[in-house]
Amino acid sequence: MRPAIIAPAIFAVGLLLTPLVTVAAGGHGPELQEADIDLHDQASLQRGAKYFVNYCMGCHSLQYMRWQRMAKDIGISEVDLRKNLLFGDAKPGDMMTTAMRPEDGEKWFGTAIPDLTLVTRWRSPDWVYSYLKSYYTDPSRPYGVNNLVFPDVGMPNPFTHLQGIQDPIVEGHGPEEHVVGVKLVEQGSLSPEEFDTMARDITNFLTYVGEPFKLERQRLGVIVLMFLGVLFIPAYFMKKEFWKDIH
Amino acid sequence: MSAESKSEVTGFLGWVDKRFPIMDVWNDHLAKYYAPKNMGFWSFFGSLAITVLVIQIVTGIWLAMSYKPSATDAFASVEYIMRDVDWGWLIRYMHSTGASFFFIVVYLHMFRGLMWGSYRKPRELLWIIGMLLYLAMMATAFFGYLLPWGQMSYWGAQVIVNLFAAVPEIGPDLSVWVRGDYVISDATLNRFFAFHFLLPFLIAGLVFLHIVALHRVGSTNPDGIEIKENKDENGIPRDGIPFHPYYTVKDVAGVIFFLALFSAVIFFWPDFGGLFLEPPNFQPANPLKTPEHIAPVWYFTPYYAMLRAVPPIAGSQFPGVVVMFAAILLFFFLPWLDRSPVRSIRYKGPIFRGFLAAFVVSFVVLAYLGMMPASDLYTLLSRIFTVVYFAFFILMPIYSALDKTKPVPERVTT
Amino acid sequence: MPCRRPVFLDRIGPIHRQCAIHFCSALRYYYFLTFGSSDRPVRGRRFLSLAGVFQQMSAQGVDKSRRRVLVAATSVLGAVGAGFAAVPFIASMNPSAKARAAGAPVEADVSKLEPGALLRVKWRGQPIWIVHRTPEMIANLPKNDPKLTDPASEASIQPDYCKNPTRAIKDQYFVVIGICTHLGCSPTYRPEIAPDDLGKGWLGGWFCPCHGSKFDLAGRVVNGSPAPTNLVIPKYTYLTDTTILVGEDGGAA
Repeated sequence: MRPAIIAPAIFAVGLLLTPLVTVAAGGHGPELQEADIDLHDQASLQRGAKYFVNYCMGCHSLQYMRWQRMAKDIGISEVDLRKNLLFGDAKPGDMMTTAMRPEDGEKWFGTAIPDLTLVTRWRSPDWVYSYLKSYYTDPSRPYGVNNLVFPDVGMPNPFTHLQGIQDPIVEGHGPEEHVVGVKLVEQGSLSPEEFDTMARDITNFLTYVGEPFKLERQRLGVIVLMFLGVLFIPAYFMKKEFWKDIH
Repeated sequence: MSAESKSEVTGFLGWVDKRFPIMDVWNDHLAKYYAPKNMGFWSFFGSLAITVLVIQIVTGIWLAMSYKPSATDAFASVEYIMRDVDWGWLIRYMHSTGASFFFIVVYLHMFRGLMWGSYRKPRELLWIIGMLLYLAMMATAFFGYLLPWGQMSYWGAQVIVNLFAAVPEIGPDLSVWVRGDYVISDATLNRFFAFHFLLPFLIAGLVFLHIVALHRVGSTNPDGIEIKENKDENGIPRDGIPFHPYYTVKDVAGVIFFLALFSAVIFFWPDFGGLFLEPPNFQPANPLKTPEHIAPVWYFTPYYAMLRAVPPIAGSQFPGVVVMFAAILLFFFLPWLDRSPVRSIRYKGPIFRGFLAAFVVSFVVLAYLGMMPASDLYTLLSRIFTVVYFAFFILMPIYSALDKTKPVPERVTT
Repeated sequence: MPCRRPVFLDRIGPIHRQCAIHFCSALRYYYFLTFGSSDRPVRGRRFLSLAGVFQQMSAQGVDKSRRRVLVAATSVLGAVGAGFAAVPFIASMNPSAKARAAGAPVEADVSKLEPGALLRVKWRGQPIWIVHRTPEMIANLPKNDPKLTDPASEASIQPDYCKNPTRAIKDQYFVVIGICTHLGCSPTYRPEIAPDDLGKGWLGGWFCPCHGSKFDLAGRVVNGSPAPTNLVIPKYTYLTDTTILVGEDGGAA
């Protein structure tokens, strides 16, 4: 192998390996469960949309997402959209906002209720998935629940009747006491597997909402790289051809 | 040189040439500009830097068509670009990825300069213009990073502008003046947008001066010898080849390969593990809530690590600020710090090579440390590596003179 | 170098298949172009003639023509790439999803619109007038014909289903864009018969205060007005007997 290849090779490899730095960087906080996202699974995305509109949109908006685009991307017809998902005088071209006023949210929950359009990008899909499954009873909190992944969260558990009731697994005594896990003590109307799927569907949906053009981006990337590969061939041999004069 | 070309050129080109020195420019800077024939891989980064500059300017102007530089609208306008503007997501990702790639390319370009002795006489001014370019790039990146108005944008700017407040006497007033307000606010965002839009054109002007200076003295090569010292009977350097067509075709292939790497990141990994697009920045700026961990973007982190490594002296953080700026300013003095009789590292001895290697290692380690939250171990390591970094420059007059050198050949090698 | 048909070709769509085949051909072409030379015999059906040409030419000639071909190939592919790269930038300047949503069709409920009254709605930033014309107003329309520039709406802009004497789908509801075709002011609604300032012959219509253009109750321009054409009628359709959707007609135009 010609020595001249070594430097660019090291450069390219080094470039691609540097983000591993952030693997070392992260790591504090509770163990997260893998969300196993699949943006091609339209059925899952549709269920996720349904669950989100039913259980979350009372308080949480998706203010950067348009109804129409969401419906088109995940395979919901305009008829279904208008009949089952759009309420009040919301139009398909509108953004997915919630009816709750920000002032009210702040008054009732102590803090402004966050918009969730980008939650999977600033947390991570695994975080959201784990969060949905990690509520446990905590009498010291205003709504009687706390969350392993988001300690002292200000919201109630929207899924109590579905998932059931979880208790904390505590380690240590007295001031050292801390919660290390949760366990289901009373099942709700869904079995653990069913609730798991529901949480995964919601996370899948929110991952889509966080970057709706992701699949298109990857598809285009293949085409662009193939084209550049083809373009590189005559360019490379053109260079070699001209440089025959020199050597 | 130009007399013959005028009579040869006819037609449209001839019409232009009578009114504009187009053939002179073509010959002096392309077809008859003689560059060393052995420049190789490390010479790609100059043309790549120009490529990225053009990409940034074009994507930047297109983003400015839809971006709104106000505190209430900025974050939403970025999401508007990503979602509602046709192809907006691609233009945004090109710009964010391009910013990081610009620094990668320029750091490699500077490293080439360190290896080949490109800063040495008669190229001191070329090097200084290059350093001014580096400063302009850093300013542009700093102003640009506030624009998305995310949590990291806001708090990163807050931290850095507070550094100005550390300047004795005038500090607090200075930072209020920079911000245009008592805290980072809408006023700050608007003016940072103006500066971010302006500076790239300053950079373009400096690039022009950089190339003019380069063409005056000629390009260096891995052997560090001056090809102009060995000319044939026609006055053409024996080891020189015309830039066009040889380096133009080489740069074309290089740009295409680079675009492939660039596209791979844009289309498959624009976040780059949180290094190019940081997770906290997907949350709108909240002046009442500080993120757990504030750090600048990766290309600033070496200097940030140095800033944090210096403890407050007499209650002031100012010494840290001085150290941080000194680390950048030392580069300006490189042409006069290097006392070695030879230019290129190929013919320098083990001491210089050792120091250069240590410098590179310390730069990379400091970059990593700058991203991490402070801890006792990390602070100690930052201090050690800051010393190594400074030693490279400050001790150079001594070790470069003492170092053994190898005999420099008359003609270039590969 | 025989090209075995790769299995994946059967699993991808026809367009992708063609691309893959062209891509393979291109690879083979460049392979031969580079490595086929006078001292190495070249195999392969289509490219034999090209290789044969190379073999016959002198060393100097081969270099020049190969250079030319490679420069041409790189330039052509590069130009194609530049064209593709330009597409996102040009396309991004089109109306965004937000503009398209804001420009969406508008519904107007005319069930409570009294005879002779005018309802204003906004569509794509433009004022849309819906007038509930009385039978008298409709009967008066043909009487205006002699003093109109374009009574049959030949030169004006309206959907095909409104190219009729009353310029409407249903005679009693007149839908029109309320912008004067002269220089863009919004004319004033003057439904009354023979007012003092407009003269005895005035049977109702619009009068534009900017430069004095006059239009009848079908938006047709009166002779002598600075405005050249009749008022523009937008696309519209009836969702119910009393609900008009402006801006959309399901392709009926």
